Amino acid sequence: MSIELKNISYTYMPKTPFEHLALDDISITIPEGKITAIAGHTGSGKSTLIQHFNGLLKPSKGTILVDGVDIGKKNTEAKAARRKVGIVFQYPEYQLFEETIAKDIAFGPRNIGCSEDETQERVKQAMDFVNLDYDKYAHRSPFQLSGGQKRRAAIAGILALQPKYLVLDEPTAGLDPKGRESLMEKFRRLHKEKGTTIVLISHNMDNIASYADNVIILNKGKVTMEATPEEAFSKKEIISQAGLELPEVKTIMNELAQNGLEIQNNAYTMDKAVEEIIEALRRKGKC
Amino acid sequence: MSFIECVDLTHIYNAGMENEMLAVENVNIKIEEGEFVAILGTNGSGKSTLAKHFNGLLLPSSGKCLVDGMDTKDEEHTYDIRRQIGMVFQNPDNQIIAAIVEDDVGFGPENIGLDPHEIRRNVTAALRAVDMEEYRHFSPHHLSGGQKQRVAIAGALAMNTKCLVLDEPTAMLDPRGRHEVMETVSRLNKERGITTVYITHFMEEAAMADRIFVMDQKHLVASGTPREIFRDIGAMKKRGLAVPMAAEMAYRLQQKGIRITESIINTEDLVRAICQ
Repeated sequence: MSIELKNISYTYMPKTPFEHLALDDISITIPEGKITAIAGHTGSGKSTLIQHFNGLLKPSKGTILVDGVDIGKKNTEAKAARRKVGIVFQYPEYQLFEETIAKDIAFGPRNIGCSEDETQERVKQAMDFVNLDYDKYAHRSPFQLSGGQKRRAAIAGILALQPKYLVLDEPTAGLDPKGRESLMEKFRRLHKEKGTTIVLISHNMDNIASYADNVIILNKGKVTMEATPEEAFSKKEIISQAGLELPEVKTIMNELAQNGLEIQNNAYTMDKAVEEIIEALRRKGKC
Repeated sequence: MSFIECVDLTHIYNAGMENEMLAVENVNIKIEEGEFVAILGTNGSGKSTLAKHFNGLLLPSSGKCLVDGMDTKDEEHTYDIRRQIGMVFQNPDNQIIAAIVEDDVGFGPENIGLDPHEIRRNVTAALRAVDMEEYRHFSPHHLSGGQKQRVAIAGALAMNTKCLVLDEPTAMLDPRGRHEVMETVSRLNKERGITTVYITHFMEEAAMADRIFVMDQKHLVASGTPREIFRDIGAMKKRGLAVPMAAEMAYRLQQKGIRITESIINTEDLVRAICQ
């Protein structure tokens, strides 16, 4: 199954002088069990797009199917389908509001009608998953945490809803290198162990290169590319027209190739790149 | 005399209270006029706290911070110090206050009571310096993130600031916005000699600085040129940081037995080392 968008258009403030077409006839599929990245410059429509995945915004035109169910309908089936999609917005720590971390995380499960035991169980699991020790942190105020911890507490609040589809809008913005890596590894684990489908919104092409199975590129409210990372990163023109950049690794490889190193130049992650370079040097008899 | 000098600077938040927290301890730092320095460190290492001392937004709990020879603790200097040091923060939407770009840039000069003609001249020059003159009558919320950050920089320049302190100015921007800001900051430093203190989590950005300071758990633990700092990959990783991608690649190649003797911090270095 999948999240399927069919001919979605969205206009902000229609019939006013500020009318703005943010999404223009978008048809994409987010396949179940994969990590799909959505990239585009600021204002390309990424955030507007993901708010359609669980019905936060209703399209001006078009339909959205989650696992085959039209989420625009007003019935219990559509409601259940909308709940399969959890969205972690940019800087989710700004949305923390409760007195204690446990209460904040419990808000979601309680709201969707989980029993108290079930709720507590989910809170524990979610905290465990983001490495916040339950005994130590459950009854502390979320506002006493450090920036990275707050981010993880906020993410735990969405994980406690156990969404089948987890949408992450720039999850690592503002984190230090170690924080970025450990958070991304957590999502990878979630994906592997629980089979959660992940949608990653990011500007960071190296992140996309390391984690994504598919890449969707948005430019001015339109999809300009839907491809595998390898294919996407071989089309430098489209990437830069969309206001984006190639992954740093790919840029380095392109430079090496242009300066006469005979590499295949398919690599876009560090490990593959190192392999390719060593192979090329070996052929040249340089090592 | 250094332009900014911290002597045994310690900062404790909420001193004497239940939630007391030591944020920066015994930091000694000297930044020369016209220098471009980057500050690296993990979240919570104390770099933003340190930077907020440079224009007296925070005052040391002990030790001192001197700007152009003036002690930030001396209230009579607060005014002069703030005029000399402009700050730009991470979130562009939190620091733009006016409804029109030129009003925003003119807010500072107006506030200190400059003559209207002079304000106009300063605003024009500042917007030109960040390449935003054609947007002077725009409403800020119609600008991209990179453009908003450049307006914020112009706001500082309009005060004839000598020094810019930028705290993760590109964290929320897309690649194009990041380039715009980096290019602007680096040009202002080179062409106008504006002393620049640049806090970032992006190693490639730090590699453009003259000198890098590394903060780790409230202490200043290393300082040196980018080449000196990024040479020790192990130490950087231990501190939760990283090195530029090209340096990392060179390191991995060395691990696999490829001979690279030069110090590598950017793509050009690596290309030279491998394709020679």
